[in-house]
Amino acid sequence: MNRTNTLQIRTPEGIVFSQLLAGPISRFLAWGIDFCIIAAATTVLSVVFIMLDLISAGFGQAIGLLVQFVLMIGYGIGFEWFKNGQTIGKRVLRLRVIDLQGLRMKPSQVVIRNLLRFVDMLPVFYLVGGLACIINRRGQRLGDLAANTIVVRIPRISEPDLDQLVAGKFNSLRHYPHLEARLRQRVSAQEAALALQALVRRDSLEPQARVQLFADIANHFRAKVDFPTEATEGIADEQYVRNVVDSLYRVNRSARKPEPEVVATAS
Amino acid sequence: MTELESSLDRLEVNQDRKLSLDDLRRFHYLYDRTAAGLAKVSSLAAEPETRRYLESLIARAYGEVHETRDRQHRFSPLVWFFQTLPQTFRRHVRAFWLSTAITVLGAIFGGFAVAYDPEAKAAVMPEMFANHLGDPTERVAQEERDRDSPSAGSMSSFSAQLMVNNISVSIRAMAFGMTWGIGTILLLFYNGVILGVIAVDYVQAGQTVFLLGWLLPHGSIELPAIVMGGQAGLMLASALIGWGRRTTLRERFRAIAPDLTTLISGIALMLVWAGLVEAFFSQYHEPTLPYAVKIAFGATELLLLCLFLGRCGKKTDVDSKTISGSANP
Repeated sequence: MNRTNTLQIRTPEGIVFSQLLAGPISRFLAWGIDFCIIAAATTVLSVVFIMLDLISAGFGQAIGLLVQFVLMIGYGIGFEWFKNGQTIGKRVLRLRVIDLQGLRMKPSQVVIRNLLRFVDMLPVFYLVGGLACIINRRGQRLGDLAANTIVVRIPRISEPDLDQLVAGKFNSLRHYPHLEARLRQRVSAQEAALALQALVRRDSLEPQARVQLFADIANHFRAKVDFPTEATEGIADEQYVRNVVDSLYRVNRSARKPEPEVVATAS
Repeated sequence: MTELESSLDRLEVNQDRKLSLDDLRRFHYLYDRTAAGLAKVSSLAAEPETRRYLESLIARAYGEVHETRDRQHRFSPLVWFFQTLPQTFRRHVRAFWLSTAITVLGAIFGGFAVAYDPEAKAAVMPEMFANHLGDPTERVAQEERDRDSPSAGSMSSFSAQLMVNNISVSIRAMAFGMTWGIGTILLLFYNGVILGVIAVDYVQAGQTVFLLGWLLPHGSIELPAIVMGGQAGLMLASALIGWGRRTTLRERFRAIAPDLTTLISGIALMLVWAGLVEAFFSQYHEPTLPYAVKIAFGATELLLLCLFLGRCGKKTDVDSKTISGSANP
């Protein structure tokens, strides 16, 4: 059993990204929410059907039975088709059903994965589906297996605030473009990434460790290129590293946008 | 919020939203740029927060950019019913014959069981058929004596129960295909056993005409529908087992998914009709409704069903010539 919690997908452009697979517990909780919603809707509607029964005995019961059946079968199908793979329960728990290739589901996939609940819910409380979900390395129940679908988690990831790190700040090194060019030539990608990483994580460091770390990194970069004293005088080590990172990552984008490369899509 | 993220939010809220050509170009440009950014960040192995963010954007945008579903295609219920459904049925007719054979085997078994041991009837009949446990002659006499028409409400309720029960049985017959077909075979066989027990019981009691008049009007649609549920289950089992095929499990399931959906939707329609007929027509007996009329009605339904499944949606000779003519001018 080679179980994983992510599904790697390679796009035709050769980019690999991963989808976080939903676990059986979160899926069961989502189903619980949906079940409560269906039960509540049936209870509310039953009042209407009882009133219909007063008009003609048995008529309300007939409609009630059909509506309950349609709700049971159609709830999942309707929501997953019209709400892009999310029922209300899945939406609350930030889950989504998608095609195994990372695409949206086709109607036939939605129908099959929902109708096969009849076998997944056997003998009680989705025991068969739960076991299949645990055994399958992509966490698929039998319905998912037949429909080629997976349930993924879609955590809300906010945009990292890189602007605070490098852009928009005064950078004294910018006055020396030839030295900046030399710096870019001599600093490796790994060294640049290390400096950027240090800036991103700076708030999680102990004060003393933070001072020591940035002093070491600043000295490392000072050894690479010697900027004039007026460009570095009175600048703390951390600010010096920030200026260096700005100079390094500003390459190739100064003509287009002032933002860093990775957030070039910012509005 | 980045531009791509807000575009994705808008697209996900309104799935049918059509982008203008400029918006589309911009969206694709942003997707390309983000993908390039992700590739760059990944190669540097740095900054997990940015990487996660870009990955989440790419994952969402990928589904939109590479969406292959044809949104322009207009679903036509008439074309679906008169062409797609019978064509799909015929494409997998071998599974239907196998499903029929299993049901018939069950019926033969049930018939022999009740013929040689009348006590077997009580053992195999489910609770919902409890009214058939007594003597068939007595039941026929009671049905013909009881001339009070049930109310429309009670018939509606009975009809709804029949629809729900039969559609559930058909869906189960399909879904149990995921047990390598074992569940489907058992379900079909057991249905056949019940049918055989009732049929032989009534025939032995000399009530063949009543049996046909009672069963045919709804059974001529209901029984084929449940057998078609079994057909869908056997198709699913065949895809799961994949005996003698070189395609992967994923490809096999992908290939039959639309056909399964078509079949089960058609089955549901057939069972809605059968439920209405059973509640509002089959329950009337002589002298209210002559058995000859009921039998003729059922036989006509069966004939029409055979014609529908066997002939509907077939290319006529004229169509074939037109198609071959246009292909080879």
